[in-house]
Amino acid sequence: MALKTWKELPIGCVVSDPGSASEYHTGSWRSQRPIWDNAKCIKCGICYVYCPEGCVQQTEDGFFKADLDYCKGCGICSHECWPRAIKMVEEE
Amino acid sequence: MAKRIGMEVAIAVAEAVGLCDIDMAAVYPITPQSHIAEHLSDLVADGEIDAEFVTVESEHSAMSAVIGASGAGARSFTATSSQGLMLMHELLPIASAMRLPICMSIANRAVSGPLNILNDHTDIMPQRDSGWISLFVENGQEAIDLSIQAFKIAEHKDVMLPVCINIDGFQLTHMVEPFEMPSKEEVEKFLPPFVPHATLHPAKPVTMGAFAMSDYFTEIMKAKDEALKSSKKVILDVWDEWAKLFGRAYKPVETYQSEDAEIIMLTMGSMGETAQMAIDALRAKGVKAGLVKLRMWRPFPFAEMKTAIQQAKKLIVTDRAISFGGPGGPVFSEIKSAMYAEACRPLMYNYIYGLGGRDVPVGDFIGMFEKVLADTENKAVDTYEFWGVRE
Repeated sequence: MALKTWKELPIGCVVSDPGSASEYHTGSWRSQRPIWDNAKCIKCGICYVYCPEGCVQQTEDGFFKADLDYCKGCGICSHECWPRAIKMVEEE
Repeated sequence: MAKRIGMEVAIAVAEAVGLCDIDMAAVYPITPQSHIAEHLSDLVADGEIDAEFVTVESEHSAMSAVIGASGAGARSFTATSSQGLMLMHELLPIASAMRLPICMSIANRAVSGPLNILNDHTDIMPQRDSGWISLFVENGQEAIDLSIQAFKIAEHKDVMLPVCINIDGFQLTHMVEPFEMPSKEEVEKFLPPFVPHATLHPAKPVTMGAFAMSDYFTEIMKAKDEALKSSKKVILDVWDEWAKLFGRAYKPVETYQSEDAEIIMLTMGSMGETAQMAIDALRAKGVKAGLVKLRMWRPFPFAEMKTAIQQAKKLIVTDRAISFGGPGGPVFSEIKSAMYAEACRPLMYNYIYGLGGRDVPVGDFIGMFEKVLADTENKAVDTYEFWGVRE
């Protein structure tokens, strides 16, 4: 999406397209990303509960993964995971 | 010509706002603004005007309430002073960034500490960079006129910015003055209905005041700066129209005997009329003295200011606030900056005066002129001094 110039901004930067916040991929802020080790995961879902972005989702096989479009890499899921199944690794 | 009436200026400001078909007001009373809050509240309670008067628990809430109401498309008004304005500070740039045409009367008063309720400009100066149109008045008639004009300026489609009218506390707000109050019909003719650029309504959902990161923040600041700068044209048009309708002309920089003056004084607000008496006294003694009065603080009228002061040999800038540890008074540093690139400019002096309500009689203005005229070796050029301070 091309960035607007200052002349193209609507007055007061009013956003008139409801739900357009989903187009803003806050995942670009991330410096670390969570990696699940499904051998250790007990499918308790505490990562899903604690994720402040609501971007941790359960997959069909019952394990969890983060939507990297929105995951900011805060590491809360990793911190809360008591079986230590989530490791934070540096983004390249 | 309308009939001249006598009334306290703060009451008259509330009356004038009451003529403007406001939809809502949220005003927290604070000395010396309280009479505006009280009288406007009376007008609503008595059914004189059809508006909501929202009683709020603080000035932070007052500004928040008018932001919300203006966003919903209501013509919104507030008023404050001193600590109240400081408490609003956080929200002022939000109102301007959201391009909400809120109008506010400020009864200018010294900022604590120490606690002081009297007049100077230390409350408005910290708000300088908040993106509001900021205008000063010199007497009660101007306070009324600009309070009405403010809505037309703010709501113009090419402006859509909040406007504050600076009215010196007590010196103006508590004076009973004679003036002409426009009629309801005249104001209706002058002021068109408010057409907001967007409104908060469930039928057409929008987001106002959304988040923006480094990829957009610079563009948004640039757009705001351009909006404020280009508001000047609309302000001048509104003043032209006002002069035609009511016979009272307003300029960004008002002048008095300054055209051929060798030494000029610059004032803002109510001190202008006292300084004018000093000019008369000096002229009677053969001193080529003149006065310029800065009305339009933001947007700053660079061209008009240059024209008004450029030809003088010496310029005395008076300030009713101080930038502690800085270049002197805030008006002084702006004028110096505005004239920096000019090959032809006056030697400049700065007096900080009238702080916390200290009286400045005509003789003090004459004293400032005499002191600057006596500085034949230009030793005090570009310096500032607290006028009348006890050493």
